[in-house]
Parts: sequence; C-alpha cells; structure tokens
Amino acid sequence: MTSLDATTDAARRPFPGRRARFGDLILQGTAGIAAVGALVLVGLIVWKIASGARPALHAFGLPFVWHVVWNPVHGREAYGAGSFLFGTAVTSIGALLLATPIALGVALFLSELAPGWIRGPVTALVETLAAIPSVVIGLWGILVLAPILRDHVDPALHSTIGFIPLFGPSSYGSNVFTGIVVLTIMILPIIASISRELFLTVPQELKEGALGLGVTRWEMVRGVVFPYAGGGVAAAMILGFGRAVGEAIAVALVLGDGLGIHLNLFDTGQTLGGKIALNYQGSGSGLETSSLIYLALILLVFSILVNLLAQLIVRRAARRKGLAA
Amino acid sequence: MSEMKGESVSSTIEAAVRVETKRQPLPPRERLQQVFDIRDLTAIYGSKPALKDVSMEVYKNLVTAVIGPSGCGKSTFIRCLNRMNDLVPSFRQTGTIRYHGQDISGRDVDPVAVRRTIGMVFQRPNPFPKSIHDNVAWGLKVLGMKDNLSDRVERALTQAALWDEVKDRLKASALSLSGGQQQRLCIARAIAVEPDVVLMDEPASALDPIATQAIEQLLHELKGQYSFVIVTHNMQQAARVADMTAFFSISRGEEGERWGELIEYDATEKIFTAPSDRRTEDYVTGRFG
Amino acid sequence: MSAVELSPLHRPQDRLRRRRVFNRGMEALAWLAAAIAVFFLGVVVWSVAQRGWSQLNLDFLTKSQVQFEPAVPQGLANAFAGSLVLVGLATAMALPFGILIAVYVNEFAPRPIRSAIGLTLDVLAGVPAIVIGFFVYGLIVVAHGQSAYAGAFALAVIMLPFVYRATVEVLALVPNSLREAGLGVGAPRWRTTLGIVLPQTIGGVLTGTTLAVARVAGETAPLLFTCSLAPNGIHWNPSGAIQSVPVAVFELSDSAEPSDHARAWAAALVLILFILVASLTARWLATRSKRKIMRAGR
Ligand SMILES: Nc1ncnc2c1ncn2[C@@H]1O[C@H](COP(=O)(O)OP(=O)(O)OP(=O)(O)O)[C@@H](O)[C@H]1O
Ligand SMILES: [Mg+2]
Repeated sequence: MTSLDATTDAARRPFPGRRARFGDLILQGTAGIAAVGALVLVGLIVWKIASGARPALHAFGLPFVWHVVWNPVHGREAYGAGSFLFGTAVTSIGALLLATPIALGVALFLSELAPGWIRGPVTALVETLAAIPSVVIGLWGILVLAPILRDHVDPALHSTIGFIPLFGPSSYGSNVFTGIVVLTIMILPIIASISRELFLTVPQELKEGALGLGVTRWEMVRGVVFPYAGGGVAAAMILGFGRAVGEAIAVALVLGDGLGIHLNLFDTGQTLGGKIALNYQGSGSGLETSSLIYLALILLVFSILVNLLAQLIVRRAARRKGLAA
Repeated sequence: MSEMKGESVSSTIEAAVRVETKRQPLPPRERLQQVFDIRDLTAIYGSKPALKDVSMEVYKNLVTAVIGPSGCGKSTFIRCLNRMNDLVPSFRQTGTIRYHGQDISGRDVDPVAVRRTIGMVFQRPNPFPKSIHDNVAWGLKVLGMKDNLSDRVERALTQAALWDEVKDRLKASALSLSGGQQQRLCIARAIAVEPDVVLMDEPASALDPIATQAIEQLLHELKGQYSFVIVTHNMQQAARVADMTAFFSISRGEEGERWGELIEYDATEKIFTAPSDRRTEDYVTGRFG
Repeated sequence: MSAVELSPLHRPQDRLRRRRVFNRGMEALAWLAAAIAVFFLGVVVWSVAQRGWSQLNLDFLTKSQVQFEPAVPQGLANAFAGSLVLVGLATAMALPFGILIAVYVNEFAPRPIRSAIGLTLDVLAGVPAIVIGFFVYGLIVVAHGQSAYAGAFALAVIMLPFVYRATVEVLALVPNSLREAGLGVGAPRWRTTLGIVLPQTIGGVLTGTTLAVARVAGETAPLLFTCSLAPNGIHWNPSGAIQSVPVAVFELSDSAEPSDHARAWAAALVLILFILVASLTARWLATRSKRKIMRAGR
C-alpha cells in the first residue's frame, strides 16, 4: 500500500528526496544557465554591433543610412549606406519577385501534380540546391553565369526592351542583374521547400470538397490551397527575403562593387553585406571600420524585424488553423 | 426458414419501412427513368480489388441507399460515380458507368464535367475556411453562375434548411457553425451549383440524432429536384429515406483475399422485409457476422 | 449540333473549355517551374563537377597553398586541415550548449520562457552570417587578433539554433510514458532525463548536428573577419588564424589567375561532395532514429 503510494507520488512530484533534489538542481541549473546564455548571446550581438558602430553613429548620425557616399580618402572621409541599401533593396526585391512564382510553381508541382516517382527525387534535388554554400554559388555566378549574361542575355534584353530604364546598356558581367539571378537561385529552394510542406498540410477533405463541385485543379488550388497556406507562404517569402538581404558572399563576388543609385540593372552595384565582405582584409581607418559595422547594424536590425514579423504571421496562421480543427 | 423472414426483421426497421411505404408505392422499375446504368464495375486499388462486378441502375428523383458492412466498398462505389477516385493514384477501374446513356468512366471524359453535374457530400463536414456566404458562393462564381448570386445563395441555404439559422451572420466563418449546420452548409454548397445527382457518403455519421433528422427531412423535400445516392451504415436511416436500397457485402476468396460485391438491389421495402438473399437477411436482421 | 452538345454533362454556362485550357496552362507553368529549378541545380553542380574534377589529384589534396607562386604545384591541404579544425571546434562548442538549452526548454521551462527562448533562437537563426562574423570580430578579434578559436566561435553561433531545434523536436517526440516509467521506479528527475530521455534523442541530435556541420562547413562570411588571414602551410594550432575551404574558394574566385580559378572549382567540388554526403547521412540517421523512438513509445 505505502510503496504503491510512494511511486505514484514520485511520478507526480519531480523532487522525491533531498539527495535527488540536489542532482535535479544541478541539471536544471546548468540547463537554465545555457538557456539564459542564449538570451545573453543575442543581447551581446546587438550590443557589440551597436557599440562598434558608435563612432560612425557619432560622426554621421541617422543620415548615414541614406547618404550615397563612400570615401575613405584621408582628410575627406565620408561614409553613407544609401548606395548599399539601394543595392540591397533592388537585388533582394528583384530576387523575391523572380523566385516567388517559380518557388510556388515548384511547390505546387511537388505537392499536387508530380507523379509519384518524380516527387521524391525532385524534392531531394530542391533541398540539395538549398544546401549549396553561397560561396560556391558566387563562384559559379562570377565565372559561369556573369559571362553568359554579359554576352547573350543582357544585350538581348537591352535591345528588345531597352526602352524600360531598368534594361540600360551593359558592359560588365558583374552587375546588379547577375546579383539578382544569383540571389534568386539561393532563395528559390528555401521558399519552395517551405511552401511544399505547407501545401501538403491542406486537408485532403477540403480539396475533395472543392473538386466535388466540379472545379478544375487550378481553381481548387486558388480557392482552397492558397488561402489555407497563405500565411505560411507569406512567412516563407519573408524568410527568403531576409536571407537575400543578409547574403554577403555570393553578391560580393558578382555585383561589381559599384557606388551610386541608378535604375540600370546592367550597371554595377553593391549591397550592405557585400560591402562588408569585400573589406575583410582591413580597412583604411577606424572610422571606415566603424562605418562598416554601422552597415552591419542596419542588417542586424532589419533581420530581427523580418524574423519577428515572420514568426508573428506563422503564429497567427497557426492559431487560425487551430480554430478550424 | 423462409417463413420466419417476416418475424426476424427487427421491429424498429419494420416500423420505419411502414412509415416510409405509407407515402406512395414505387412505380414499376421499367417506368422509372435511369440516371446511372452501371455494368460490371470492378474497382481496384493497386492490385487489390475493392469491388467486383457490380451491375445496377440508379433511377431519377429517387433516393438510392447503399448499405453494407465496413470495408465492403460503399465509398469506393459512390466515388466511382463522379470520378472522385481519379484522385487516388493507385486506383483503376473496369466496366462501364453510363450516365443518361453516356459512359463517364472513359479517359476521354473530363472528370471536372462529371463532378460538376454529379455533386458530392462527404462523411465529415468539410466547409472551406471561408465565410458562410462564400462557401456557397465560391462554386457559383467559379462555375460562372454569377447572375443573381445572392439569390442563388439564399435559395441553396433555404433548400438545405439552413437559411433561417444563418441569414443574420452570412459573413461569419463557416467554422463557427455546429457540426450539423456545417454539413447542411456542405449540402447547400453542393446543390447551389444545380447538379443533377447528389452523392452522399455517410453524410450523417458524424452528427447527432437531431441534425441527422434535419438532413433526412431535407432529402425527402429535395428528391423531386435531384437524384440522391446515399451511403449509410445505419439501416434505420436507409429504411427511412431510401426508395431503393443496394446491399453490398464482403466476399472472401480461397487465398483469403477480400473484395466487395453487390449482393442484392431492390426496393427498400423488399430489402428490409423480404430479402431474397440469405446474406441480406442476416445483415438487415443484425445476424451478420 | 455537335456531339458535345448532346452530352448529358454539357453545361454551356460553365465555359468549361476555357477553364480547362487555363488549368492546363497553370499546370504547365508548374511543370516549367520545377524544370527551371532542376535545371539550375543541374547547371551549378555540373559546372562545378566538370571544372573541378580534373583538378582533384593527389597534389591538390596533399600539398598546401603557396601564395604568389603560381608556378609551384599547389593544393589546398592547409584549407582542408583548417576546415576540419574549425568545424570540429565549432561543433564541440555548439553541441553541448544547444542540447542543454533544448533540455531546459522541453523538460523544465515554464511556458512563457519556453516560447521566449524559442523565439530568440529563431531570431538568431535569421541573423546574417556576415553580422555574426563582425560580432565575433568586435568581441574577440579586436583584442586578441584572428584565430581559429574566434572563427570556430562564429561558426558555433550559427550552428546553435540548428542543434537546438533538432534536439527540441526529438525531445518533444519522446513519449511521456518513458519519463513516467523512469520516475515510477523511483529515479530522480535528473537521472531520468540524462539516463532515459536524452539517449532516445541521440539519433535526432546526430541528424541535426550533421545538417548543421554541412551548413557551416560552407560558411565563408563568419570567417572573413575572424579567421581568414592565415599564414602559408598546414597549421593545427587553433590559437592562430588558419585557412579554410570556403575562404579559400572566396579568395581564389576573386583572383585573376586561371590556375587559381581551377583550384577554386576543385575546392567547391569537394565542398559540394561533402555536403551531399552529409545530407544523405542525415537523412539516413533521421529515418533510423524516428523508427527507434516510435518503437520505444510502444
Ligand atoms: N485510397 C485507397 N487506397 C487503397 N485501398 C483503399 C483505398 N480506399 C479504400 N481502400 C480499400 O478498399 C476497400 C473498400 O473501402 P471503402 O472505403 O470503399 O469501404 P466502405 O464500405 O466505404 O467502408 P466504411 O463503411 O468503413 O466507410 C477497403 O478494403 C479499403 O481498405
Ligand atoms: Mg466509407
């Protein structure tokens, strides 16, 4: 009787005796310290980056963010993020615009259309594409893609739809357009694989409910699959966008390190991450280093906002679906 | 043995059948208009036959019930009638299903056109995660029936005996409705697009008795306009709502393989009071096993 | 009167033909999208394999880089050694840390703290690698100079969310009956956690770690400011800067020398092969460990 009581009691209460309680405290303590460590780590990242950027913040203030200048010449030093912010925005938005429809197509193909025997291999391929390191994509971008675009695609686009200012004259293979293509290849598999998983969570009953009315597969996708998975797809796009914005290595190699704001996609440019990466062998002055860290601060703040937004969307969508279940 | 037939039928079912048959006698089968003419239908998942050699007709403006033990292929059968099984990759079928004389099981027939004319209501209510109004209106819009949209929505909801309950909250989410209301919404959604036949796969199995009664009532009222094929595992329900009843059962082969077969198909009254097959009798009297 | 109009299925107001064509068009676009994705993967992998394969010889694997001496036969042995040290150190740092966080979150933490830590690590996973590199630069390199320790620490920060998430996911799969069984025989909670619950997660943690290793083995950005200015030759001592494969690819691809490009391709091929093997291993581990947990649950 008593022994039975003791066991059920132990199962209910985590701390059966004094000795055991000591061991529990140690485990819970170390694990808790590790967890606090994670919070501290993120705080430390924010603090270190912010304090590294302080000299530049003092010197240039908030206008740094939009000033289009990067002049390390001693005595006339002046720095601003405007050009790189612009380059980041153009390449990331361009990549998002190109990658999203293709990624959604891939996800639909893998979740709705593909015959069974294609499904597995193509899914694995898409995930492999996601795992290729950015430096390899960058290498491929500068040595293979850039020359092809420069010799064939850029001139063709310029001569056919050159009346649109985006497709101006081209001269270098390393330009904004190449950066967009490289980033597209990098974020496409991210958006595609998340969307595929989301589409697979749409209940078969809902799809049959739609198809039973006599609508086509595409109408079913538009009417049922997209609305059901919409929030998650938006979050996936935001994550892909965040990844494109934060990418440094691949774009540093293919953008041609230009300065200035221009509409021509076939001209050189630079992004925040690319600018930082190219200065890894040391910069001219403390102020330039601090300005580079200021660029990193902009990236950091943006990435945190983007991630919180994506989490918010995911959680809201999950709650709405919880209501449905 | 055969003299005992009448007595062995459980009294509730008998009562239900009597109520049913009081209304009007079924005209002779030759005088009924055929909707489906099914010949030698065999349905196979992978290499496993789920249904073998089913031949029967479905008649216009009647309620046809499909009953039988679990796994005998009832769902498989009615999902063949509107090509829903096309969604199952391993599914194959042989035999013919003529709908008003046209074979609809061929590769050249577009399943979308089939499902549009032959609608379906499912076992579990599956409203779209949209508003009540949009659940009904969506199919109408996609199918190009956009004229008098709100009239059509109202008419469908009225026919499904749901209008009075939801007319003040058409914008509310369909998921806020009760299970029975959701199922009636799914019926409204199906009949809004003016199908010819409505297939129902155990439409009341997830519902309480009152909601079930509402749906049975609705079948009575709507069968003048549509033809219904309803799968049910509830024999009283079949006895109450159906004019014709098909009894399916599981047959076992020598090597232990199992498949579904149509055992008997007749007027509901006959199936429940004077079945001609032993297996039917065992089943409707609860001696199945 | 055509045969179509005689069909009992025909409903003129449906505009079915138009909708069918549209549907076909959208389906074709989805096929096209899949073809594009597969094509790009094929092209990237093919370019790397084709250009890198011919360079993959013994010299490449055993000799190290000698800068500014294009005539000398060179390899990337120093980078391979360096990557080994960096990734090994990073794993040694991130693995225990990540597992402990996961244990705390899944076994001890009250709900609000649980989601706060989860959110923090999600945010950390989204911080750009180049920013992490700069962070470690400010934290360590400014005071102590570049070193493999600094580089490994940066890589560990990137690995941490991966390890954490993998562990938390398998911990959540461990059935409560197992915990109750442990506590039920009178074992204290810490023993139950370390002796019964955690061993169940080994497969899942290994999967997550393998994926994380595959990921950071190709990371360049966090190393640029922390561990990139390496002297010639093979070095194993982590207190100095050492060369690594991704940084080598980055430097070589920015060079004008064709022989440098050739070695960049070969190094890229090695990276891709490594990542392929790692992902396949992870997949294999994942299916195995899932089966094991399922069995334990019964
Ligand atoms: N998608 C499928 N893939 C493979 N086999 C299936 C599939 N659907 C049904 N079956 C098999 O076909 C047989 C008939 O199933 P069906 O669902 O038609 O039976 P049922 O009479 O509707 O049963 P219940 O009363 O349980 O709904 C069963 O043996 C079932 O396992
Ligand atoms: Mg069924």
